[in-house]
Amino acid sequence: MLAVLRTVIHRDLLLALRRRADVATVLLFFVIVVTLFPLGVGPEPNLLRAIAPGVIWVAALLSCMLALARLFAADFADGSLEQMLLSRTPLGLIVAGKVAAHWLVSGLPLVVVGPVLALQFDLNQSALGVLALSLLIGTPVLSLIGAIGAALTLGLRGGGVLLALLVLPLYVPVLIIGAGALDAAAGGLSALPHLLLLAALLVLAAAFTPWAIAASLRISAE
Amino acid sequence: MLEAAQLECARGSRTLFSGVAFTLAPGGLLRVTGANGRGKTTLLRALCGLLVPAAGEVRWKGEPIRTLREEYWSDLLYIGHANALKDDLTAEENLAFTCGIAGRVAPRESIHAALARFGLAGRERLPVRALSQGQRRRAALARLAVGATQPLWILDEPFAALDAAGTQLVLSLAGEHLARGSMVVLTTHQDARITAPSVTDINLDR
Repeated sequence: MLAVLRTVIHRDLLLALRRRADVATVLLFFVIVVTLFPLGVGPEPNLLRAIAPGVIWVAALLSCMLALARLFAADFADGSLEQMLLSRTPLGLIVAGKVAAHWLVSGLPLVVVGPVLALQFDLNQSALGVLALSLLIGTPVLSLIGAIGAALTLGLRGGGVLLALLVLPLYVPVLIIGAGALDAAAGGLSALPHLLLLAALLVLAAAFTPWAIAASLRISAE
Repeated sequence: MLEAAQLECARGSRTLFSGVAFTLAPGGLLRVTGANGRGKTTLLRALCGLLVPAAGEVRWKGEPIRTLREEYWSDLLYIGHANALKDDLTAEENLAFTCGIAGRVAPRESIHAALARFGLAGRERLPVRALSQGQRRRAALARLAVGATQPLWILDEPFAALDAAGTQLVLSLAGEHLARGSMVVLTTHQDARITAPSVTDINLDR
């Protein structure tokens, strides 16, 4: 069964490697959105420090969403999805592999780039570490929850907008806790409670969403 | 043994077919024919369990496939109308991944042998987007030659885009498979000449 998981991750990473432009657009979107704010607001350190957590996390949310539309669409169009639905391995496991690969390609780069972009907001050293850590724990949750929406809107006309309406409200807890961790760190408090809450969300999402995604895919592929 | 009882499928509010019933015993071939839009693909997808029929049920070895699920799918090889190939991957990679996702990891040699049998020797390393329609269909059908021991094959229009030699190859592979006591279901517009212990025909036009 783990061989299937490895196969799916290997396949999706290889596909991402052959289509690097798709990966780059999401990352560039994140970079540009985050950079627009200091340019628009002006060089006011106190204000920038105050808005930094919200801006970075909202930008992360939006770029995660941007990448979601592609998660199952290509497999649906070329018939690969049918083969996944008819595998003798539980679909939840295959889906977990797909989401893992998707996060490695679209979530992990944000974790790396996020702290660098945060320098524009004059955040202190410890806050940068907390930002990286909170993105590391939070973005997989975004991928997992978003995949349910991507599965449900598969093959629908205007699915992109619907996906946003469906998924963004579900992202609110991650946004509040993630930005809260950064706020706490910037204010000199411990970010640990926030990070633990995020980790709890991740465990919960990792345990339950693959089966929800699998059920949604079966409905959409009918 | 594959059985269908009073199958009825609908697309939207339109009933495509109703009252489809058959029993396919080991070594049996089921040919589904019918004009375009009569629901051949829909019938096959219902037989696979990809869609739930509006009425009736499909049984495998006496059990409804809806309760068997993965147990049924491990006995099934389905090649759909779409080739399930990734343009950016090579034929070799595509075949390896499709087998892997089905849960049947195949060694490289058997993948090369299968592609060679389908006339794609020397083109294993080309991205699929560089292949012609017929060659893509061959790459998809090469799965039939990679230790495809599943006792039930369901093939949707396997001969579409294939040349005479390719058609002959698929026919002979299906013939061998039937001779082993397995079952094959296929849709076609052509007269598929396969020697099988028993042949059932379903015409959806009637």
